[in-house]
Amino acid sequence: MNAFGSIKPNARPFYQNHSSEELLQALRRMYLIRRFEEGAEEAYMRGLIHGTMHLSIGQEASAVGATMALRRSDYITSTHRGHGHCIGKGADPKLMFAEFFGKEEGYCRGRGGSMHIADVASGNLGANGIVGGGLPIAVGAALAIRKKKRDDVALCFFGDGASNEGAFHESLNMASLWKLPVIFVCENNKYGMSVSTERSMAVANVADRAAAYKMPGIIVDGNSIADVAEAVTEAAARARRGDGPSLVECKTYRTRGHSRSDRNRYRSKEEIEDWKARDPIPRFEAELRAYGVAGEAALTAIRESAEAEIAAAIEFARNGTDPNPADLIRDVHSPRAA
Amino acid sequence: MTVRELTYAQAIQEALAQAMDADPDVFLMGEDIGVYGGAFQVTGDLVHRYGEERVMDAPISELGQAGVAVGAALAGCKPVLEFQFSDFATLAMEQIVNQAAKLRFMLGGKVNVPLVMRLPAGSGTGAAAQHSQSLEAWFAHVPGLKVVQPSTPADAKGMLLAAIDDPDPVMVFEHKLLYKMKGEVPEQPYRVPIGKAHVAREGRHVTVVATAIMVHRALEAADTLATEGIEAEVIDLRSLRPIDTDTIVRSVQKTTRLACVYEGVKSLGIGAEISARIAESEAFDYLDAPILRLGGAEAPIPYNPMLEKAAVPQAPDIVTGLRNLVRGRI
Repeated sequence: MNAFGSIKPNARPFYQNHSSEELLQALRRMYLIRRFEEGAEEAYMRGLIHGTMHLSIGQEASAVGATMALRRSDYITSTHRGHGHCIGKGADPKLMFAEFFGKEEGYCRGRGGSMHIADVASGNLGANGIVGGGLPIAVGAALAIRKKKRDDVALCFFGDGASNEGAFHESLNMASLWKLPVIFVCENNKYGMSVSTERSMAVANVADRAAAYKMPGIIVDGNSIADVAEAVTEAAARARRGDGPSLVECKTYRTRGHSRSDRNRYRSKEEIEDWKARDPIPRFEAELRAYGVAGEAALTAIRESAEAEIAAAIEFARNGTDPNPADLIRDVHSPRAA
Repeated sequence: MTVRELTYAQAIQEALAQAMDADPDVFLMGEDIGVYGGAFQVTGDLVHRYGEERVMDAPISELGQAGVAVGAALAGCKPVLEFQFSDFATLAMEQIVNQAAKLRFMLGGKVNVPLVMRLPAGSGTGAAAQHSQSLEAWFAHVPGLKVVQPSTPADAKGMLLAAIDDPDPVMVFEHKLLYKMKGEVPEQPYRVPIGKAHVAREGRHVTVVATAIMVHRALEAADTLATEGIEAEVIDLRSLRPIDTDTIVRSVQKTTRLACVYEGVKSLGIGAEISARIAESEAFDYLDAPILRLGGAEAPIPYNPMLEKAAVPQAPDIVTGLRNLVRGRI
């Protein structure tokens, strides 16, 4: 029950199994991701931040849907397009923006930037600048979970491009061989930078590859938070039971280019517009209305509160502390020298 | 403290066992390290004593193993990863160089990667170009890694235990020709600090900075030269990153001559770094002769035994080089 009435009995399991608060929190996180990235893009255009960034606008459902199935003590490894994963796992946008602005207050004290945001306290072992870099690391985290007899899981986000790396093969084989609690979540956004999956993969789906590792390979609509969350919840349960890893392929799309240098020469306007029409956020809102979870006023309030949080986060970051060049090499090694 | 004679391989095995006894988070991973006992019999029967969970045979997936070790280290374990040959670390460069070395720094000092990699290295076994390299200087070029090369059984044990204690990634290069070498090794666990060179022989005419098997060849050369009245001071570098510059500088100020002897390819190697450090230091003004580098040939390691010997410095080469240096023939 919630202020707007009970969730309708015809609703799918996702809506039955989560409280209204959890569902609205998920929507708020999707908004936070969207506004975070729009804010980052604007700050970049205005010259407030430098470097490059990889925006996941359009992919918010897979980030939030997948992390909804997790607990705080579960691990994730993320990718170069990882802002959504961070927020999904519970990172504070204020500290993420501080990192973008290169400030000491940032998650990495300004040493990592967009591509290396991590929040170890919330189980986020880090975004990664190397395609496929997080795959074996997630398997290792799962091995540590097993060794320490915990019932947590390690969820590894990766893209369609990473599935063409050797690290993918080695990691999925080891995870399955040792029945480790890993969930491999592929965000297939159709392009590895500019090269489409049709031009880079011998099979049609990343999930088709799961059979080679004797693990379930599930394909979901990556723009449906309910689809993603239901599949990952099942994979997490399987992992916690000790039945081993799963591969969940989320078919999705980034409506922005690969990075700041992208001129979109490899895809058509029609294709981009077609996917914009499948935007996961309005879609989730429509379902929340239809199933009686929230009315218009509540949705507006969530939208506005997310916007306010991002505006405050940017302000916090702008006023952050610049690192001292004298501390340049401080964190190369741990202070306790051997 | 009880001291016995052990081989270099036995000393490493003892360190691994003592580390596993002391800390349940320590585990071993690698190729054929279980019932096979390791390609060089270093892990031996450890799998029977500690079980397959702690002495893990892994698939032939060097990149994957390195990544798994990084992930396990981030999540609170202390993996000790054995590469079957150091050459195979080329397959794992991504995880070693981009991840293990940089994670702590990239994440603002908020994580540790307590990972130890053991890498059998060097030539002299007839295994040719892809199983005989000395790549340690490559890795020593990467901030965030520590790189050591123990040359005696006692150091092999003490430096490995120090590496396992270390909160950061450490690569231990073990020269294959040393595995059967015997030496006195204390029985109790002890640590040999990383980053400290060792003066293996004192002398007053020339400083020889050597690594791994070259320490022994330099000592042999020093014995020969002593009969001619030339006293060489042999420094066992032991650690490539960090380098103990002070010990070398002090020695060169005393002897006024410097030679670097190492098995890695001569150009752009550890000898260049040591030479440059002396050139930049207060010892530069003390030099009475040009600096001598004796390193590996500018070629892959060949198969033919004569060619293989010719590809890296041997004791007679060191004798000739040092004699000429001291007698002013360079």
